[in-house]
Amino acid sequence: MDRAETAAKIAALIEPFNKKGVAITDASTFAGDLEFDSLTVMDFVAAIEDEFDIIISMNQQAEIENYGQLIDAVVKLQG
Amino acid sequence: MTDLFSKFDPLIEMRANLLASGVEDPFGLVMERVISPTVAVCNGRETILLGTYNYMGMTFDPDVISAGKQALDDFGAGTTGSRVLNGTYAGHRAVEDALKDFYGMDHAMVFSTGYQANLGIISTVAGKGDYIVLDIDSHASIWDGCKMGDAEVVPFKHNDIEAMEKRLKRIPEGAGKLVVLEGVYSMLGDIAPLKEMIKVAKDNGAMVLVDEAHSMGFIGPNGRGVAEDQGVLDQVDFVIGTFSKSVGTVGGFCVSNHPKFEILRLVCRPYVFTASLPPSVVATASTSIRKLMHAGNKRAHLWENSRTLHKGLRDKGFQLGTEEPQSAIIAVIMPDLERGAAMWEALLHEGLYVTSPARPRPRPG
Repeated sequence: MDRAETAAKIAALIEPFNKKGVAITDASTFAGDLEFDSLTVMDFVAAIEDEFDIIISMNQQAEIENYGQLIDAVVKLQG
Repeated sequence: MTDLFSKFDPLIEMRANLLASGVEDPFGLVMERVISPTVAVCNGRETILLGTYNYMGMTFDPDVISAGKQALDDFGAGTTGSRVLNGTYAGHRAVEDALKDFYGMDHAMVFSTGYQANLGIISTVAGKGDYIVLDIDSHASIWDGCKMGDAEVVPFKHNDIEAMEKRLKRIPEGAGKLVVLEGVYSMLGDIAPLKEMIKVAKDNGAMVLVDEAHSMGFIGPNGRGVAEDQGVLDQVDFVIGTFSKSVGTVGGFCVSNHPKFEILRLVCRPYVFTASLPPSVVATASTSIRKLMHAGNKRAHLWENSRTLHKGLRDKGFQLGTEEPQSAIIAVIMPDLERGAAMWEALLHEGLYVTSPARPRPRPG
């Protein structure tokens, strides 16, 4: 799956978690701009993991601060 | 100069606001005198202790006290050394023997605290390239053990068997896997479906560690914990436990049947680089553990108390952590921090001490 296709799927997945309707760009941060708390992060990560059948370990999550980094990581994890 | 403490400002402010509202400091409680396992004088008031982990009331057991005094006389106040250097006394071996007998397992390793037992075992057993799959509601000591080691850390939704299974199945072929579970989760007092979860873990080639800190002495026919109660203790590779709850003193341990278990004494850094427990502590622990093997009456009594309290609170309309009492922890869920603190204070003024976790979950991030 290429980056555009992956990005489209993630855009659909994040919608229910983006409760404040923040306009998301690749630079949007999860903790800052999107105000995700730890529970939201867990549910959102689980949704992505299930959609793409991958694991995003805590170690990898620590490297992902913004939306663009997440898309890149998911593209990479799909191999 | 950047003040390294500025990161704590939000917490400092939250605490200041709470205290400014006039409530007693929930973290400033001092027990001036301890009268029994269930009664103490706190801030000048005689108080019933409902919020300790002294489940079996062993802290003032006469045999336990006398064993501690004898060890203090015979072996002194402390060991001043690591377990692997000059810090293993006869009492340390004796308490490990007591644990082996208590759990019916081949090996036991005693740490200076329960926190260090999780920290040491998890960080040592799961290394680079291995995967730790753990419940998101795991205790801080489990998370810190994960953080200290080099394994990939994969959490799953609390007590969700399917979420755990999916993650195990996605782990690359050939990687080592450790599933970390707890018997009783201390925030809500709920137990884990260990029978189902351990089967899934084993079917997927994982080793299993279960923290039975809150169940030892109380849950299971012999007080060995939730895994024993659900008939799967023989499937658990590592049981982690503590002396600071039912046993009534301080210390932590791991018991296991793994044939190579003893090597951990040489490679587990929180075990090697800490002074061992004082002789009096291991003597009280041994005595207490051996008495807990025959504590069926106490177990039955605590279950009665747990059910009575749970029903009473439920009848009063409180929101509780579990529908039915599953352990000796009865969690009342308060709507917010302010009302939680106010309730805590009101109870204390009426002479009842309960535990009030300021944050709902001991989780990082």
